[in-house]
Amino acid sequence: MSTSAARAWQETAFDLDAGWQLHPQVSVRPERFGALLYHFGTRRLSFLKTRALLTVVSSLSSQPSARAACQAAGLAESDLPAYSRALATLAAGRMICPRKD
Amino acid sequence: MTAAAPSLVQEFRHGLAAPICLTWELTYACNLSCVHCLSSSGRRDPRELSTQECKRVIDELERMQVFYVNIGGGEPTVRADFWELLDYATAHHVGVKFSTNGVKITPEIAARLAASDYVDVQISLDGATAEVNDAVRGPGSYATALRAMQHLADAGFAGFKISVVMTRHNVDQLDAFRAIADRFGAQLRITRLRPSGRGADVWDELHPTAAQQRQLYDWLVARGESVLTGDSFFHLAGFGEGLPGLNMCGAGRVVCLIDPVGDVYACPFAIHDAFLAGNVRAPGGFARVWRSSELFTSLRTEQSGGACASCSAYDACQGGCMAAKFFTGLPLDGPDPECVRGFGEQALAASAGEVPRPSGDHSHRGRRPVPVRIGPRPAAGARPAAGARPAAGAPDGAGTAGRAGVPDRACDQSPLAGFRPDLPPVPR
Amino acid sequence: MPESATELLDPPAAEELAAAEELAAAEELAAAEVATLPAADVLADDLLVEEISIDGMCGVY
Repeated sequence: MSTSAARAWQETAFDLDAGWQLHPQVSVRPERFGALLYHFGTRRLSFLKTRALLTVVSSLSSQPSARAACQAAGLAESDLPAYSRALATLAAGRMICPRKD
Repeated sequence: MTAAAPSLVQEFRHGLAAPICLTWELTYACNLSCVHCLSSSGRRDPRELSTQECKRVIDELERMQVFYVNIGGGEPTVRADFWELLDYATAHHVGVKFSTNGVKITPEIAARLAASDYVDVQISLDGATAEVNDAVRGPGSYATALRAMQHLADAGFAGFKISVVMTRHNVDQLDAFRAIADRFGAQLRITRLRPSGRGADVWDELHPTAAQQRQLYDWLVARGESVLTGDSFFHLAGFGEGLPGLNMCGAGRVVCLIDPVGDVYACPFAIHDAFLAGNVRAPGGFARVWRSSELFTSLRTEQSGGACASCSAYDACQGGCMAAKFFTGLPLDGPDPECVRGFGEQALAASAGEVPRPSGDHSHRGRRPVPVRIGPRPAAGARPAAGARPAAGAPDGAGTAGRAGVPDRACDQSPLAGFRPDLPPVPR
Repeated sequence: MPESATELLDPPAAEELAAAEELAAAEELAAAEVATLPAADVLADDLLVEEISIDGMCGVY
Protein backbone atom coordinates (compact mmCIF):
# COMPACT_ATOMS: atom_id res chain seq x y z
CA MET A 1 0.00 0.00 0.00
CA SER A 2 1.53 3.30 -1.02
CA THR A 3 1.38 6.43 1.09
CA SER A 4 -0.34 8.41 -1.65
CA ALA A 5 -2.92 5.67 -2.18
CA ALA A 6 -3.70 5.58 1.52
CA ARG A 7 -4.07 9.34 1.65
CA ALA A 8 -6.22 9.46 -1.45
CA TRP A 9 -8.55 6.90 0.08
CA GLN A 10 -8.99 8.80 3.30
CA GLU A 11 -9.49 12.15 1.59
CA THR A 12 -12.34 10.83 -0.51
CA ALA A 13 -13.80 8.97 2.49
CA PHE A 14 -14.81 12.17 4.26
CA ASP A 15 -17.54 14.35 2.75
CA LEU A 16 -16.29 17.91 3.23
CA ASP A 17 -19.37 19.30 1.59
CA ALA A 18 -21.86 17.74 3.95
CA GLY A 19 -23.12 19.29 7.18
CA TRP A 20 -21.52 17.90 10.33
CA GLN A 21 -21.87 18.36 14.05
CA LEU A 22 -20.22 17.35 17.28
CA HIS A 23 -21.78 14.28 18.85
CA PRO A 24 -23.95 15.49 21.78
CA GLN A 25 -22.07 13.26 24.23
CA VAL A 26 -18.71 14.81 23.38
CA SER A 27 -17.02 17.28 25.68
CA VAL A 28 -14.53 19.67 24.06
CA ARG A 29 -11.80 21.12 26.20
CA PRO A 30 -9.49 23.74 24.69
CA GLU A 31 -5.81 23.35 25.50
CA ARG A 32 -2.74 25.41 24.86
CA PHE A 33 -1.83 23.35 21.84
CA GLY A 34 -5.25 22.43 20.51
CA ALA A 35 -7.93 20.56 22.38
CA LEU A 36 -9.04 17.39 24.05
CA LEU A 37 -12.27 15.69 23.06
CA TYR A 38 -13.90 13.10 25.31
CA HIS A 39 -16.92 11.03 24.30
CA PHE A 40 -18.87 10.09 27.42
CA GLY A 41 -20.61 7.23 25.67
CA THR A 42 -17.69 5.49 24.01
CA ARG A 43 -15.10 6.70 26.57
CA ARG A 44 -12.79 7.62 23.72
CA LEU A 45 -10.36 10.44 24.17
CA SER A 46 -9.00 12.34 21.18
CA PHE A 47 -6.34 14.96 21.05
CA LEU A 48 -6.63 17.73 18.44
CA LYS A 49 -3.18 19.02 17.71
CA THR A 50 -3.92 22.49 16.40
CA ARG A 51 -6.14 25.37 17.50
CA ALA A 52 -7.35 25.64 13.90
CA LEU A 53 -8.75 22.13 14.11
CA LEU A 54 -10.47 23.09 17.36
CA THR A 55 -12.04 26.07 15.59
CA VAL A 56 -13.21 23.87 12.73
CA VAL A 57 -14.70 21.23 15.02
CA SER A 58 -16.40 23.78 17.27
CA SER A 59 -17.99 25.56 14.33
CA LEU A 60 -19.19 22.55 12.38
CA SER A 61 -22.81 22.76 13.48
CA SER A 62 -23.07 26.45 12.60
CA GLN A 63 -21.49 26.14 9.16
CA PRO A 64 -23.25 24.77 6.08
CA SER A 65 -20.44 22.29 5.44
CA ALA A 66 -17.15 21.07 6.84
CA ARG A 67 -15.41 22.77 3.94
CA ALA A 68 -17.03 26.08 4.91
CA ALA A 69 -15.94 25.54 8.51
CA CYS A 70 -12.36 25.02 7.35
CA GLN A 71 -12.43 28.12 5.21
CA ALA A 72 -13.94 30.18 8.01
CA ALA A 73 -11.12 28.97 10.24
CA GLY A 74 -8.66 30.51 7.82
CA LEU A 75 -7.31 27.31 6.30
CA ALA A 76 -5.83 27.29 2.83
CA GLU A 77 -6.77 24.81 0.07
CA SER A 78 -3.48 23.05 0.63
CA ASP A 79 -4.43 22.41 4.27
CA LEU A 80 -7.66 20.67 3.37
CA PRO A 81 -6.30 17.17 2.74
CA ALA A 82 -4.75 16.94 6.20
CA TYR A 83 -7.81 18.44 7.88
CA SER A 84 -10.09 16.18 5.90
CA ARG A 85 -8.16 13.18 7.17
CA ALA A 86 -8.44 14.52 10.71
CA LEU A 87 -12.19 14.94 10.38
CA ALA A 88 -12.47 11.45 8.92
CA THR A 89 -10.71 10.07 12.00
CA LEU A 90 -13.10 11.95 14.28
CA ALA A 91 -16.08 10.68 12.29
CA ALA A 92 -14.79 7.11 12.49
CA GLY A 93 -14.59 7.51 16.26
CA ARG A 94 -18.12 8.97 16.38
CA MET A 95 -16.82 12.22 17.81
CA ILE A 96 -18.53 14.07 14.97
CA CYS A 97 -21.54 12.88 13.04
CA PRO A 98 -23.44 13.94 9.95
CA ARG A 99 -26.08 16.58 10.42
CA LYS A 100 -29.54 15.50 9.41
CA ASP A 101 -30.76 18.80 7.93
CA MET B 1 2.36 5.97 16.17
CA THR B 2 6.00 6.21 17.17
CA ALA B 3 6.72 9.29 15.08
CA ALA B 4 3.73 11.25 16.39
CA ALA B 5 3.78 10.08 20.03
CA PRO B 6 6.82 12.05 21.25
CA SER B 7 5.22 15.37 20.41
CA LEU B 8 1.98 14.39 22.15
CA VAL B 9 3.84 13.28 25.24
CA GLN B 10 5.94 16.42 25.04
CA GLU B 11 2.81 18.57 25.24
CA PHE B 12 1.43 16.54 28.09
CA ARG B 13 4.68 16.72 30.03
CA HIS B 14 4.26 20.46 30.13
CA GLY B 15 0.88 20.10 31.76
CA LEU B 16 -2.72 20.62 30.75
CA ALA B 17 -5.46 23.13 31.54
CA ALA B 18 -7.04 20.52 33.80
CA PRO B 19 -6.30 16.91 34.65
CA ILE B 20 -7.65 14.43 32.12
CA CYS B 21 -8.66 12.24 34.98
CA LEU B 22 -7.74 12.11 38.60
CA THR B 23 -7.88 9.84 41.61
CA TRP B 24 -10.06 10.94 44.47
CA GLU B 25 -9.70 9.05 47.72
CA LEU B 26 -12.96 9.70 49.50
CA THR B 27 -12.05 8.20 52.84
CA TYR B 28 -9.18 6.57 54.68
CA ALA B 29 -11.67 4.27 56.35
CA CYS B 30 -11.61 0.67 55.19
CA ASN B 31 -12.95 -2.66 56.33
CA LEU B 32 -9.74 -4.35 55.15
CA SER B 33 -6.04 -3.99 55.96
CA CYS B 34 -4.27 -5.03 52.78
CA VAL B 35 -0.57 -5.41 53.45
CA HIS B 36 0.46 -3.23 50.50
CA CYS B 37 -2.13 -0.44 50.80
CA LEU B 38 -0.78 2.58 48.96
CA SER B 39 -2.74 4.97 51.16
CA SER B 40 -2.11 3.20 54.50
CA SER B 41 -5.86 3.13 54.99
CA GLY B 42 -7.97 1.66 57.76
CA ARG B 43 -9.14 4.39 60.09
CA ARG B 44 -11.25 7.34 59.03
CA ASP B 45 -9.61 10.74 59.37
CA PRO B 46 -11.84 13.10 61.41
CA ARG B 47 -11.01 15.96 59.04
CA GLU B 48 -12.58 14.27 56.02
CA LEU B 49 -14.30 16.51 53.50
CA SER B 50 -17.98 16.87 54.28
CA THR B 51 -20.71 15.98 51.80
CA GLN B 52 -21.09 19.64 50.91
CA GLU B 53 -17.36 20.10 50.47
CA CYS B 54 -17.26 17.05 48.19
CA LYS B 55 -20.02 18.51 46.08
CA ARG B 56 -18.10 21.77 45.76
CA VAL B 57 -15.11 19.80 44.53
CA ILE B 58 -17.32 18.07 41.97
CA ASP B 59 -18.60 21.49 40.86
CA GLU B 60 -14.99 22.55 40.30
CA LEU B 61 -14.21 19.42 38.36
CA GLU B 62 -17.22 20.09 36.18
CA ARG B 63 -16.13 23.68 35.50
CA MET B 64 -12.63 22.53 34.68
CA GLN B 65 -14.02 19.78 32.47
CA VAL B 66 -12.24 16.96 34.21
CA PHE B 67 -13.68 14.13 32.16
CA TYR B 68 -13.33 11.32 34.58
CA VAL B 69 -12.63 10.59 38.24
CA ASN B 70 -11.36 7.39 39.81
CA ILE B 71 -12.89 7.26 43.26
CA GLY B 72 -11.13 5.14 45.83
CA GLY B 73 -9.88 5.27 49.37
CA GLY B 74 -9.76 3.30 51.75
CA GLU B 75 -13.05 1.71 50.83
CA PRO B 76 -15.16 4.53 49.36
CA THR B 77 -18.50 2.74 49.76
CA VAL B 78 -18.27 2.88 53.54
CA ARG B 79 -19.11 6.56 53.39
CA ALA B 80 -22.85 6.97 53.98
CA ASP B 81 -23.00 9.68 51.31
CA PHE B 82 -21.15 7.65 48.69
CA TRP B 83 -24.19 6.98 46.47
CA GLU B 84 -25.35 10.57 46.76
CA LEU B 85 -21.93 11.80 45.63
CA LEU B 86 -21.84 9.28 42.80
CA ASP B 87 -25.16 10.56 41.48
CA TYR B 88 -24.07 14.16 41.93
CA ALA B 89 -20.90 13.61 39.92
CA THR B 90 -22.60 11.91 37.00
CA ALA B 91 -25.32 14.56 36.99
CA HIS B 92 -22.58 17.17 36.69
CA HIS B 93 -20.72 15.74 33.70
CA VAL B 94 -17.98 14.00 35.60
CA GLY B 95 -17.60 10.34 34.65
CA VAL B 96 -16.87 8.05 37.58
CA LYS B 97 -15.10 4.79 38.05
CA PHE B 98 -14.89 3.67 41.65
CA SER B 99 -12.52 1.14 43.07
CA THR B 100 -13.88 -1.20 45.73
CA ASN B 101 -13.15 -4.44 47.54
CA GLY B 102 -16.76 -5.38 46.87
CA VAL B 103 -18.02 -5.35 50.44
CA LYS B 104 -21.14 -3.32 49.62
CA ILE B 105 -21.92 -4.60 46.12
CA THR B 106 -25.19 -6.33 46.92
CA PRO B 107 -27.52 -7.53 44.16
CA GLU B 108 -29.61 -4.37 44.66
CA ILE B 109 -26.60 -2.09 44.42
CA ALA B 110 -25.34 -4.01 41.41
CA ALA B 111 -28.67 -3.53 39.67
CA ARG B 112 -28.61 0.17 40.41
CA LEU B 113 -25.07 0.46 39.06
CA ALA B 114 -25.91 -1.49 35.93
CA ALA B 115 -28.70 0.98 35.27
CA SER B 116 -26.62 4.14 35.62
CA ASP B 117 -24.75 5.70 32.76
CA TYR B 118 -21.24 7.02 33.22
CA VAL B 119 -20.40 4.86 36.23
CA ASP B 120 -17.79 2.15 36.03
CA VAL B 121 -16.80 -0.22 38.80
CA GLN B 122 -13.42 -1.73 39.58
CA ILE B 123 -13.13 -4.68 41.94
CA SER B 124 -9.73 -5.19 43.57
CA LEU B 125 -8.29 -8.69 43.50
CA ASP B 126 -4.67 -9.69 44.08
CA GLY B 127 -4.83 -13.45 43.66
CA ALA B 128 -6.65 -15.77 41.28
CA THR B 129 -7.07 -18.10 44.23
CA ALA B 130 -8.16 -17.37 47.79
CA GLU B 131 -4.80 -18.61 49.04
CA VAL B 132 -2.80 -16.04 47.11
CA ASN B 133 -5.33 -13.23 47.40
CA ASP B 134 -6.14 -13.48 51.08
CA ALA B 135 -2.45 -13.57 52.02
CA VAL B 136 -2.32 -9.95 50.87
CA ARG B 137 -5.86 -8.69 51.40
CA GLY B 138 -7.04 -10.65 54.42
CA PRO B 139 -9.21 -13.70 55.13
CA GLY B 140 -12.52 -13.70 53.29
CA SER B 141 -11.56 -10.91 50.89
CA TYR B 142 -11.41 -13.22 47.90
CA ALA B 143 -14.91 -14.49 48.61
CA THR B 144 -16.18 -10.94 49.02
CA ALA B 145 -14.68 -9.87 45.72
CA LEU B 146 -16.03 -12.80 43.76
CA ARG B 147 -19.45 -12.40 45.27
CA ALA B 148 -19.49 -8.76 44.14
CA MET B 149 -18.42 -9.82 40.65
CA GLN B 150 -21.20 -12.38 40.51
CA HIS B 151 -23.75 -9.74 41.53
CA LEU B 152 -22.51 -7.34 38.87
CA ALA B 153 -22.58 -10.02 36.21
CA ASP B 154 -26.05 -11.14 37.26
CA ALA B 155 -27.26 -7.55 37.06
CA GLY B 156 -26.02 -7.31 33.49
CA PHE B 157 -23.13 -4.94 34.21
CA ALA B 158 -20.84 -5.86 31.36
CA GLY B 159 -17.26 -4.70 31.27
CA PHE B 160 -16.64 -3.82 34.90
CA LYS B 161 -12.98 -3.91 35.81
CA ILE B 162 -11.03 -6.38 37.89
CA SER B 163 -7.89 -4.67 39.10
CA VAL B 164 -4.85 -6.67 40.15
CA VAL B 165 -1.63 -5.41 41.71
CA MET B 166 1.16 -7.57 40.32
CA THR B 167 3.26 -9.25 42.98
CA ARG B 168 5.84 -11.98 43.19
CA HIS B 169 3.08 -14.42 44.10
CA ASN B 170 0.55 -13.74 41.36
CA VAL B 171 2.67 -13.25 38.24
CA ASP B 172 2.11 -16.91 37.39
CA GLN B 173 -1.65 -16.39 37.64
CA LEU B 174 -2.03 -13.98 34.73
CA ASP B 175 -3.94 -16.45 32.59
CA ALA B 176 -6.08 -17.41 35.57
CA PHE B 177 -6.94 -13.74 36.17
CA ARG B 178 -7.97 -13.43 32.60
CA ALA B 179 -10.19 -16.48 32.97
CA ILE B 180 -11.91 -14.90 35.97
CA ALA B 181 -12.52 -11.73 33.98
CA ASP B 182 -13.95 -13.75 31.11
CA ARG B 183 -16.16 -15.70 33.46
CA PHE B 184 -17.87 -12.54 34.73
CA GLY B 185 -17.83 -10.56 31.50
CA ALA B 186 -15.32 -8.18 33.06
CA GLN B 187 -12.16 -6.53 31.81
CA LEU B 188 -8.86 -7.34 33.43
CA ARG B 189 -6.64 -4.56 34.65
CA ILE B 190 -3.18 -5.16 36.08
CA THR B 191 -1.05 -2.50 37.75
CA ARG B 192 2.34 -2.06 39.26
CA LEU B 193 3.07 -2.47 42.96
CA ARG B 194 4.79 0.62 44.29
CA PRO B 195 6.62 0.92 47.62
CA SER B 196 4.01 3.45 48.75
CA GLY B 197 2.05 3.56 51.97
CA ARG B 198 2.19 0.14 53.60
CA GLY B 199 3.71 -1.08 50.36
CA ALA B 200 7.05 0.14 51.67
CA ASP B 201 6.97 -2.54 54.39
CA VAL B 202 6.37 -5.42 52.02
CA TRP B 203 8.15 -4.17 48.93
CA ASP B 204 11.19 -6.39 49.28
CA GLU B 205 9.14 -9.57 49.58
CA LEU B 206 6.34 -8.71 47.19
CA HIS B 207 7.71 -6.85 44.20
CA PRO B 208 8.22 -9.03 41.13
CA THR B 209 11.73 -10.32 40.54
CA ALA B 210 13.68 -9.17 37.51
CA ALA B 211 12.83 -12.41 35.72
CA GLN B 212 9.17 -11.98 36.58
CA GLN B 213 9.18 -8.45 35.18
CA ARG B 214 10.33 -9.91 31.90
CA GLN B 215 7.66 -12.60 32.13
CA LEU B 216 5.03 -9.94 32.76
CA TYR B 217 6.22 -7.77 29.90
CA ASP B 218 6.26 -10.71 27.50
CA TRP B 219 2.75 -11.69 28.57
CA LEU B 220 1.45 -8.17 28.00
CA VAL B 221 3.03 -7.99 24.57
CA ALA B 222 1.75 -11.41 23.54
CA ARG B 223 -1.60 -11.63 25.26
CA GLY B 224 -2.44 -8.25 26.69
CA GLU B 225 -4.46 -6.58 23.95
CA SER B 226 -7.62 -6.21 25.97
CA VAL B 227 -5.87 -5.90 29.32
CA LEU B 228 -5.68 -2.47 30.88
CA THR B 229 -2.57 -1.40 32.72
CA GLY B 230 -3.22 2.19 33.66
CA ASP B 231 0.07 2.82 31.89
CA SER B 232 1.74 1.73 35.11
CA PHE B 233 4.33 -0.44 33.42
CA PHE B 234 5.92 2.29 31.36
CA HIS B 235 9.20 1.54 33.15
CA LEU B 236 9.24 -1.75 31.23
CA ALA B 237 9.57 0.14 27.97
CA GLY B 238 13.28 -0.30 28.49
CA PHE B 239 12.84 -3.92 27.38
CA GLY B 240 12.06 -2.81 23.87
CA GLU B 241 8.73 -1.62 22.64
CA GLY B 242 6.60 0.51 24.87
CA LEU B 243 3.25 -0.91 25.88
CA PRO B 244 0.07 0.86 24.79
CA GLY B 245 -0.45 4.08 26.71
CA LEU B 246 1.25 7.42 27.05
CA ASN B 247 4.39 5.78 28.47
CA MET B 248 5.08 8.66 30.77
CA CYS B 249 4.62 9.72 34.37
CA GLY B 250 1.34 11.56 34.60
CA ALA B 251 1.85 13.00 38.08
CA GLY B 252 0.96 16.66 38.24
CA ARG B 253 0.73 16.78 34.48
CA VAL B 254 -2.34 14.86 33.37
CA VAL B 255 -3.40 13.32 36.68
CA CYS B 256 -3.24 13.94 40.40
CA LEU B 257 -4.78 12.83 43.69
CA ILE B 258 -7.31 14.50 45.96
CA ASP B 259 -7.15 12.80 49.35
CA PRO B 260 -9.91 12.43 51.97
CA VAL B 261 -8.95 15.63 53.79
CA GLY B 262 -8.68 17.63 50.59
CA ASP B 263 -4.92 17.47 50.19
CA VAL B 264 -3.81 17.44 46.58
CA TYR B 265 -0.85 15.23 45.76
CA ALA B 266 0.90 14.67 42.46
CA CYS B 267 -0.16 11.04 42.40
CA PRO B 268 -1.88 8.48 44.68
CA PHE B 269 1.42 6.61 44.98
CA ALA B 270 3.13 9.70 46.32
CA ILE B 271 1.25 10.54 49.49
CA HIS B 272 4.04 12.46 51.17
CA ASP B 273 4.70 16.11 51.98
CA ALA B 274 7.32 16.20 49.23
CA PHE B 275 4.54 15.70 46.69
CA LEU B 276 1.85 17.77 48.39
CA ALA B 277 0.73 20.57 46.10
CA GLY B 278 -1.95 22.19 48.24
CA ASN B 279 -5.43 21.70 49.66
CA VAL B 280 -8.85 22.13 48.08
CA ARG B 281 -10.10 24.01 51.14
CA ALA B 282 -7.63 26.85 50.50
CA PRO B 283 -8.73 29.96 48.58
CA GLY B 284 -8.92 29.19 44.89
CA GLY B 285 -9.79 25.60 45.58
CA PHE B 286 -8.60 22.71 43.46
CA ALA B 287 -8.33 24.81 40.32
CA ARG B 288 -5.70 27.08 41.80
CA VAL B 289 -3.68 24.14 43.09
CA TRP B 290 -3.75 22.45 39.69
CA ARG B 291 -2.88 25.56 37.73
CA SER B 292 -0.37 27.33 39.90
CA SER B 293 1.02 25.26 42.74
CA GLU B 294 4.78 25.34 43.03
CA LEU B 295 5.05 21.57 42.98
CA PHE B 296 3.02 21.05 39.82
CA THR B 297 4.74 23.94 38.08
CA SER B 298 8.10 22.36 38.79
CA LEU B 299 6.94 18.92 37.64
CA ARG B 300 5.83 20.48 34.37
CA THR B 301 9.19 22.07 33.74
CA GLU B 302 11.48 20.26 31.36
CA GLN B 303 13.60 17.90 33.43
CA SER B 304 16.91 16.49 32.35
CA GLY B 305 17.41 12.77 32.56
CA GLY B 306 20.06 13.22 35.19
CA ALA B 307 22.01 10.02 35.74
CA CYS B 308 19.76 8.21 33.25
CA ALA B 309 20.25 10.58 30.35
CA SER B 310 23.11 8.63 28.81
CA CYS B 311 21.22 5.31 28.82
CA SER B 312 19.85 4.24 25.46
CA ALA B 313 16.60 3.13 27.10
CA TYR B 314 15.89 6.55 28.62
CA ASP B 315 13.74 7.81 25.77
CA ALA B 316 11.47 4.82 26.28
CA CYS B 317 11.36 4.50 30.05
CA GLN B 318 11.75 8.17 31.03
CA GLY B 319 13.62 7.10 34.15
CA GLY B 320 10.61 5.23 35.52
CA CYS B 321 8.35 6.00 38.45
CA MET B 322 8.95 8.98 40.70
CA ALA B 323 7.12 7.41 43.65
CA ALA B 324 9.01 4.11 43.34
CA LYS B 325 12.29 5.99 43.46
CA PHE B 326 11.27 8.24 46.30
CA PHE B 327 10.02 5.55 48.64
CA THR B 328 13.03 3.33 48.11
CA GLY B 329 15.28 6.24 48.94
CA LEU B 330 16.66 6.64 45.43
CA PRO B 331 17.29 10.05 43.84
CA LEU B 332 14.57 11.21 41.46
CA ASP B 333 17.06 11.94 38.70
CA GLY B 334 18.40 8.39 38.67
CA PRO B 335 17.13 4.91 37.84
CA ASP B 336 13.89 3.35 38.93
CA PRO B 337 14.39 0.63 41.60
CA GLU B 338 13.10 -1.88 39.08
CA CYS B 339 15.08 -0.54 36.14
CA VAL B 340 15.05 -3.32 33.57
CA ARG B 341 18.74 -2.86 32.98
CA GLY B 342 19.51 -3.52 36.64
CA PHE B 343 20.76 0.00 37.33
CA GLY B 344 18.16 0.43 40.05
CA GLU B 345 19.35 -2.64 41.94
CA GLN B 346 22.90 -1.34 41.77
CA ALA B 347 21.80 2.05 43.05
CA LEU B 348 19.90 0.45 45.95
CA ALA B 349 22.88 -1.66 46.90
CA ALA B 350 25.04 1.44 46.98
CA SER B 351 22.54 3.61 48.86
CA ALA B 352 22.55 4.27 52.58
CA GLY B 353 19.23 2.45 53.06
CA GLU B 354 17.44 5.47 54.54
CA VAL B 355 13.96 5.78 53.14
CA PRO B 356 11.28 8.43 53.65
CA ARG B 357 8.26 7.47 55.73
CA PRO B 358 4.76 8.20 54.45
CA SER B 359 3.49 11.49 55.89
CA GLY B 360 0.45 9.89 57.48
CA ASP B 361 -0.69 6.49 58.57
CA HIS B 362 -4.37 5.65 58.88
CA SER B 363 -3.76 1.95 59.38
CA HIS B 364 -5.95 0.09 61.81
CA ARG B 365 -4.26 -0.24 65.18
CA GLY B 366 -4.27 -3.46 67.13
CA ARG B 367 -5.09 -5.34 63.94
CA ARG B 368 -1.94 -6.21 62.07
CA PRO B 369 -2.11 -6.53 58.32
CA VAL B 370 -2.06 -10.19 57.35
CA PRO B 371 1.59 -11.17 56.97
CA VAL B 372 2.75 -12.62 53.70
CA ARG B 373 3.74 -16.25 54.16
CA ILE B 374 3.84 -17.58 50.63
CA GLY B 375 7.04 -17.78 48.68
CA PRO B 376 10.78 -18.02 49.28
CA ARG B 377 12.75 -15.69 51.50
CA PRO B 378 14.37 -12.73 49.75
CA ALA B 379 17.67 -13.64 48.12
CA ALA B 380 20.80 -13.25 50.20
CA GLY B 381 22.27 -9.79 49.75
CA ALA B 382 18.88 -8.12 49.28
CA ARG B 383 18.59 -4.68 50.77
CA PRO B 384 17.11 -4.78 54.29
CA ALA B 385 13.46 -3.72 54.52
CA ALA B 386 12.86 -0.12 55.51
CA GLY B 387 13.49 -0.26 59.21
CA ALA B 388 12.74 3.29 60.20
CA ARG B 389 9.00 3.00 59.79
CA PRO B 390 7.04 1.52 62.68
CA ALA B 391 4.94 -1.52 61.84
CA ALA B 392 1.25 -0.85 61.43
CA GLY B 393 -0.57 -1.74 64.61
CA ALA B 394 2.13 -0.49 66.96
CA PRO B 395 1.06 2.22 69.41
CA ASP B 396 3.25 4.75 67.70
CA GLY B 397 1.11 7.88 67.76
CA ALA B 398 1.00 7.84 63.98
CA GLY B 399 -2.04 9.04 62.09
CA THR B 400 -2.76 12.64 62.78
CA ALA B 401 0.26 13.06 65.00
CA GLY B 402 2.32 15.92 63.70
CA ARG B 403 -0.71 17.91 62.53
CA ALA B 404 -0.67 20.52 65.24
CA GLY B 405 -3.52 20.55 67.72
CA VAL B 406 -5.87 18.06 66.04
CA PRO B 407 -7.16 15.40 68.37
CA ASP B 408 -7.36 11.96 66.86
CA ARG B 409 -10.84 10.66 67.44
CA ALA B 410 -10.63 7.94 64.79
CA CYS B 411 -12.10 4.74 66.05
CA ASP B 412 -10.75 1.27 65.43
CA GLN B 413 -14.15 -0.35 65.65
CA SER B 414 -16.15 1.43 63.02
CA PRO B 415 -14.93 3.57 60.19
CA LEU B 416 -17.99 5.78 60.57
CA ALA B 417 -17.98 6.27 64.33
CA GLY B 418 -18.31 9.95 65.14
CA PHE B 419 -18.59 10.97 61.50
CA ARG B 420 -20.56 14.21 61.31
CA PRO B 421 -20.52 15.63 57.78
CA ASP B 422 -22.79 18.46 58.98
CA LEU B 423 -20.08 19.87 61.24
CA PRO B 424 -17.57 22.40 59.88
CA PRO B 425 -14.13 20.98 59.17
CA VAL B 426 -11.59 20.91 61.98
CA PRO B 427 -8.98 23.60 61.18
CA ARG B 428 -5.41 22.43 60.66
CA MET C 1 5.66 -23.99 -11.91
CA PRO C 2 4.67 -21.23 -14.42
CA GLU C 3 4.98 -17.61 -13.32
CA SER C 4 1.39 -16.94 -14.28
CA ALA C 5 -1.55 -18.95 -15.50
CA THR C 6 -1.64 -16.85 -18.67
CA GLU C 7 1.37 -18.70 -20.06
CA LEU C 8 -0.72 -21.85 -20.46
CA LEU C 9 -3.69 -20.42 -22.34
CA ASP C 10 -4.25 -19.12 -25.88
CA PRO C 11 -4.30 -15.32 -26.28
CA PRO C 12 -8.03 -14.31 -25.87
CA ALA C 13 -8.52 -16.32 -22.66
CA ALA C 14 -5.13 -15.15 -21.44
CA GLU C 15 -6.22 -11.51 -21.83
CA GLU C 16 -9.41 -12.16 -19.92
CA LEU C 17 -7.55 -13.95 -17.20
CA ALA C 18 -4.95 -11.21 -16.98
CA ALA C 19 -7.73 -8.63 -16.72
CA ALA C 20 -9.44 -10.71 -14.04
CA GLU C 21 -6.18 -11.05 -12.10
CA GLU C 22 -5.65 -7.31 -12.32
CA LEU C 23 -9.13 -6.62 -10.98
CA ALA C 24 -8.62 -9.10 -8.15
CA ALA C 25 -5.35 -7.44 -7.23
CA ALA C 26 -6.98 -4.01 -7.17
CA GLU C 27 -9.85 -5.30 -5.03
CA GLU C 28 -7.37 -6.88 -2.68
CA LEU C 29 -5.48 -3.63 -2.43
CA ALA C 30 -8.68 -1.71 -1.72
CA ALA C 31 -9.68 -4.25 0.90
CA ALA C 32 -6.25 -4.02 2.48
CA GLU C 33 -6.54 -0.26 2.61
CA VAL C 34 -9.96 -0.43 4.26
CA ALA C 35 -8.79 -3.01 6.76
CA THR C 36 -5.59 -1.27 7.80
CA LEU C 37 -6.29 2.44 7.45
CA PRO C 38 -5.33 4.69 9.00
CA ALA C 39 -1.81 3.33 9.33
CA ALA C 40 -0.52 5.84 11.80
CA ASP C 41 3.11 5.54 10.87
CA VAL C 42 2.28 6.10 7.22
CA LEU C 43 0.42 9.34 7.98
CA ALA C 44 2.39 10.36 11.06
CA ASP C 45 3.98 13.41 9.53
CA ASP C 46 0.68 15.29 9.34
CA LEU C 47 -1.51 13.54 11.89
CA LEU C 48 -3.72 16.20 13.41
CA VAL C 49 -5.81 13.90 15.58
CA GLU C 50 -4.48 11.33 17.98
CA GLU C 51 -6.45 8.94 20.10
CA ILE C 52 -5.36 8.06 23.59
CA SER C 53 -6.88 5.77 26.12
CA ILE C 54 -8.66 7.28 29.11
CA ASP C 55 -7.45 4.17 30.93
CA GLY C 56 -3.87 4.63 29.79
CA MET C 57 -2.53 7.27 32.15
CA CYS C 58 -0.13 6.52 34.94
CA GLY C 59 -1.08 7.88 38.32
CA VAL C 60 -4.67 6.79 38.73
CA TYR C 61 -6.17 3.75 40.39
